[in-house]
Amino acid sequence: MAPKKTTANTASKANVSKDELLTYYKDMLLIRRFEEKAGQLYGMGLIGGFCHLYIGQEAVVVGLEAATKEGDKRITSYRDHGHMLACGMDPNGVMAELTGREGGYSKGKGGSMHMFSKEKHFYGGHGIVGAQVPLGAGLAFSDKYKGNDNVTFAYFGDGAANQGQVYETYNMAQLWDLPVIFVIENNQYAMGTSVQRSTKSPSLWERGAAYGIAGEEVDGMDVLAVKEASEKAVAHCRAGKGPYILEVKTYRYRGHSMSDPAKYRSREEVQKMREERDPIEAIRSLLLTGNHATEDDLKAIDKEIKTVVNASAEFAKESPEPALEELWTDIYA
Amino acid sequence: MAIELLMPALSPTMEEGTLAKWLVKEGDTISSGDIIAEIETDKATMEFEAVDEGIMGKILVAEGTEGVKVNEAIAIMVDEGEDASNLSASAPAAAAPVEAAPVATAAPAVAAAPAPAPAPTPVEPDYPEGTELKSTTVREALRDAMSEEMRRDENVFLMGEEVAEYQGAYKISQGMLDEFGAKRVIDTPITEHGFAGIATGASFGGLRPIVEFMTFNFAMQAIDHLINSAAKTLYMSGGQMGAPMVFRGANGAAARVGAQHSQCYAAWYMQVPGLKVVMPYSAADAKGLMKTAIRDDNPVIFLENEIMYGKSFDVPVMDDFTIPFGKAKIERAGDDVTIVSFGIGVGYALEAAEKLAEEGIAAEVINLRTLRPMDTETVLASVRKTNRCVTVEEGWPQGSVGGYVSNVIMQEAFDYLDAPVINCTGKDVPMPYAANLEKHALITIDEIVDAVKSVTYR
Repeated sequence: MAPKKTTANTASKANVSKDELLTYYKDMLLIRRFEEKAGQLYGMGLIGGFCHLYIGQEAVVVGLEAATKEGDKRITSYRDHGHMLACGMDPNGVMAELTGREGGYSKGKGGSMHMFSKEKHFYGGHGIVGAQVPLGAGLAFSDKYKGNDNVTFAYFGDGAANQGQVYETYNMAQLWDLPVIFVIENNQYAMGTSVQRSTKSPSLWERGAAYGIAGEEVDGMDVLAVKEASEKAVAHCRAGKGPYILEVKTYRYRGHSMSDPAKYRSREEVQKMREERDPIEAIRSLLLTGNHATEDDLKAIDKEIKTVVNASAEFAKESPEPALEELWTDIYA
Repeated sequence: MAIELLMPALSPTMEEGTLAKWLVKEGDTISSGDIIAEIETDKATMEFEAVDEGIMGKILVAEGTEGVKVNEAIAIMVDEGEDASNLSASAPAAAAPVEAAPVATAAPAVAAAPAPAPAPTPVEPDYPEGTELKSTTVREALRDAMSEEMRRDENVFLMGEEVAEYQGAYKISQGMLDEFGAKRVIDTPITEHGFAGIATGASFGGLRPIVEFMTFNFAMQAIDHLINSAAKTLYMSGGQMGAPMVFRGANGAAARVGAQHSQCYAAWYMQVPGLKVVMPYSAADAKGLMKTAIRDDNPVIFLENEIMYGKSFDVPVMDDFTIPFGKAKIERAGDDVTIVSFGIGVGYALEAAEKLAEEGIAAEVINLRTLRPMDTETVLASVRKTNRCVTVEEGWPQGSVGGYVSNVIMQEAFDYLDAPVINCTGKDVPMPYAANLEKHALITIDEIVDAVKSVTYR
């Protein structure tokens, strides 16, 4: 249990292979380019409603997913595009859901905040802040009940960390040894309210100690540090030792949603994070300095990703709107 | 000065109990606070403490006696030196300090005398004619239904406060922990929001949870998961995943438990697409509908009633007795007026129909059984025959179930109506505690009778 703090922005890089670095680079870049494209389509009026972009937080899901196996589950809030891409969902289906088209994962009926993939064990996509936390523990409950060794990643933000149901869940998860990893994506702002203004105790993961839940803080701008922490948490859960908390310190570059002007923080603050801590730049530089890749190699990757993202945007525009009959389907099983 | 010891009411709905054991004998000296007897209620065995000091003069009710009415004298205590040999009990009812709650007295009459129906009974029976019937309480019927389904499907489990070791706060899950073990009959902490969410997540993960809310009043802490998580996920996921589960527990007014513990949620849940909403009346309803609810692939809100738990009804003895959703039951046939109700209200409607029959008015009583889906066809067919309708429910009037039924009748059978539909509902007030006020806040038989007379212009 004894919680301890990891200040691992220089995780054991020596052990990382070239292939791994390239994979993380590609996965993070896909999320970034996808989100930039989604922002564009939103601006063009092709995506409606709320649209919460993940730009800046890419290392969190990519690092966590690096320790998963088939059968593991994940569930998150409404800032969910990155999670879906990281667990292998099809960018076309995600983008077409954003545009509300038939080809979307929910046939256009869920939208940005409510998307699911049974095949990839992605359980949403939930619009009610904090609700996904007991739901995630429930997924873990189902695996424990069935007697397999799958784990569930229940992601939530620093804002949701103040919801009562999170702590109701901590208690039961530890009481029943549920194999769930609570991932607090602390991007430091719950919409416009900074952690300092909403939370008396600065360390969110330490709250788990009150329930006897082990956990740690992780540098969420360093994909290797996140991956290392994820492996540790996964091992803990798979061994039947109950839940684990990872507070992943990260930062979103964009506003809370597309309609947020983000006046609650300075332009300099954002700029400093982008220049000094960008997770994609960090891996890019590792690839180059370690002679794992050349500028040309990386350019080729960029191009490849751009092609995938552009294709998803085309698909999302071309896919027809759902048939009117769809209004009346999927209400009852 | 002799003091009569009266059979105590040890739960809000207790009307009678078993005097399980005397812990004192005649002639014993008793101090206040001494435990003098053990009394079994419908839910638990309780200890009965002496309030006064004195000597046990005479035991009037022997241990092991069942069906001892609340407020019946069970023993007489005397002062030292007083002669106890000639003591006898005074008239039992007269000694009663508090009249039993109105609902509690109204309902048993129904259970005891299930409409000696002069008119022909149901069109489509729930079970084949000649099926053996067994008198069963609603409580037992619910337990039997859950147990049968848990034997049938490994993925069904029961979760809630006090469901396991305590055997159920209302003893619905009695014996289930013994049979199914702690893996499948799970005590939760008092944390409705959390465990409703965990159960919903477990249903996403392929299990079929039954969640017991001690009462539906406490489900308001969890209602976000019932609606936003359970009811909407199938739609939001384009049909990929839903929540095959049951949320069940006591709903509506019990007796003398005040505003925060006495509310009918039928109309609230009935409004939500994605949910199915069930409210049984009899033990047969409870059993057949619960089994259907557990097998249903959608989230089902199963609204029980504490007052009904101890009532007995005939339940068919069958290997697998189920009642489909969306099929109302004509409890009593009649040509003059249609009375539509559900849950405990059906008992009131039947009692009113009995009184009306004495006055020559033949009421047809329809038990809706499920509110979503709602069998409006059966209601409409009846109204087209009787041309008059009264609805009966304990919930509040604004946005009521009866209001919806009236609207359907207006749209579909307007030309058949000879009088405006009247909705008999609970009064538009939070539930008061005082016995007389509570009685007036709830539906009375007289109100139903008056409403029927009004729509039949008698």
